[in-house]
Amino acid sequence: MTDSSDQAPMSSPVRIVAQTAADWIQRRQFWNWSKVDQAELDAWLAENPLHLVTYLRLEAAWARTERLVALNRPLSETPRVASESRNRWFPVRAAAVLIASGVAAGGLWFAQQPRESTYITPIGVHETISLADGSQIELNTDSALRTRVDGNRRVAILDRGEALFKIKHDAAHPFVVIAGDHRVTDIGTQFMVREQGARVEVAVLEGSARLDSVNARSATLKAGDMAVVSSHSLVVTKKPQREIANSLAWQRGMLVFSQTPLADVAAELNRYNTKKLVIADADAARARIGGTFPTSGVEEVTAAARVLFGLHVEERGNEIVISR
Amino acid sequence: MADQTEISHEDGAHRPEAPGVNDVNAWFVREVLPLEPLLMNYLRKQWPNQSEIEDLRQDVYVRVHEAAKKQIPQPTKPFVFRIAHNLLIDRIRREHVVPIEAVADFDDLGISIDAPQPDRSVIARDELRRLQAALDQLPPRAREAVVLGRIEGLNGREIAKRMGIGTATVSAHLANGIMALADILTGEAPAQERKS
Repeated sequence: MTDSSDQAPMSSPVRIVAQTAADWIQRRQFWNWSKVDQAELDAWLAENPLHLVTYLRLEAAWARTERLVALNRPLSETPRVASESRNRWFPVRAAAVLIASGVAAGGLWFAQQPRESTYITPIGVHETISLADGSQIELNTDSALRTRVDGNRRVAILDRGEALFKIKHDAAHPFVVIAGDHRVTDIGTQFMVREQGARVEVAVLEGSARLDSVNARSATLKAGDMAVVSSHSLVVTKKPQREIANSLAWQRGMLVFSQTPLADVAAELNRYNTKKLVIADADAARARIGGTFPTSGVEEVTAAARVLFGLHVEERGNEIVISR
Repeated sequence: MADQTEISHEDGAHRPEAPGVNDVNAWFVREVLPLEPLLMNYLRKQWPNQSEIEDLRQDVYVRVHEAAKKQIPQPTKPFVFRIAHNLLIDRIRREHVVPIEAVADFDDLGISIDAPQPDRSVIARDELRRLQAALDQLPPRAREAVVLGRIEGLNGREIAKRMGIGTATVSAHLANGIMALADILTGEAPAQERKS
């Protein structure tokens, strides 16, 4: 509403509620925020439906402006500044590489974190990143993650791949994960984020997390919730604890399949291996496999394809082609 | 994470039982708020007193949200405009402002309730430009406070120091900025429906 003639008089009850709601939002974002504050806000929201819809409207627009943070700093600028100051490049070897080093032992992550740190895992490797605030991030195969501090927020940007976040909750310093156009804010929690281009999956193991996607779609996820979000949809479903645990078996170097089409098994294994499985025909792709395989288990899977389904397996250079 | 489970995600999206408050809130943000430009157009055309438009809009939102607590309506758009229409009728009856016939039904207004929503990815592409344009429309002090807080990532105390003003004034500027941003960002027409 840019036309001031649309504005109700300042004294109107609707306007006063809007001012109160905006004040709650700025208090929560920019000032110390305690459990008591949260309880007061919850009570205010529950008091009157006008309070709730007004708050939702302001908060949705405000959440959109979060993107200004991620996009307004030219990405090319930050790493250069970082590498010139206290960060060094390390050659990429077998293990996960901490590109911009500087995570101090002890003390607050806040005080001592460099401007930005980048972590990359090569194909087939997963690595644990311990942050000085006590939080841990498990970075899965072929993934890239940046961490930095923005004001009172701890920010992790998942540029590629998959990571499990075990966050030491600190209401005054929310932990925000940005993946694609989407944002996950920890509310005391363990959660997994997997970035697949425009599509992002989030699964919550413990506690809860808030998911905000582009265009202000959002949801609060609780333990057992799995969300799949893209540029035009956000779908949340409840998953049995065991299923979520299975999807994280990569932490132990394993993959768990259950009645999974061979095409999906191949796609999953290919994330972890440089030798790629290619399923050459539709019949073979539909064959279903269950069981636990090592992430390096290309041979186990091809053996199963050969023995169980009588499929033809042929090695061609860096590919293994499975066909009928 | 295989195709198998993705399919069950989609199935899980349509639950018939009474929705939880989080579901209603998420639906409200996702499907109702984007209709605001159309809703404001409708209210402005239908209601003589322009200073009451904001009140009417919030009243529509309250009724929509309350009704959705029993069951989230599908599709959303006709439902919202039906409620807006009924609200205007109620007001007219109560206040005797204009004859009831004067309130046109939304199908007479060229507001196509079946028109597809603009492609989300098109909107996403323009999003940063829109956000920057919205920032530029803020009053100067509110803009400064929001930029320091949102882009430079300062907290309230740091903003006060940088702007050389008291913390209560910072809060007021930030709150004004948040309200103005909502009006600009939510009230603006989506790219395809906006006259340039």
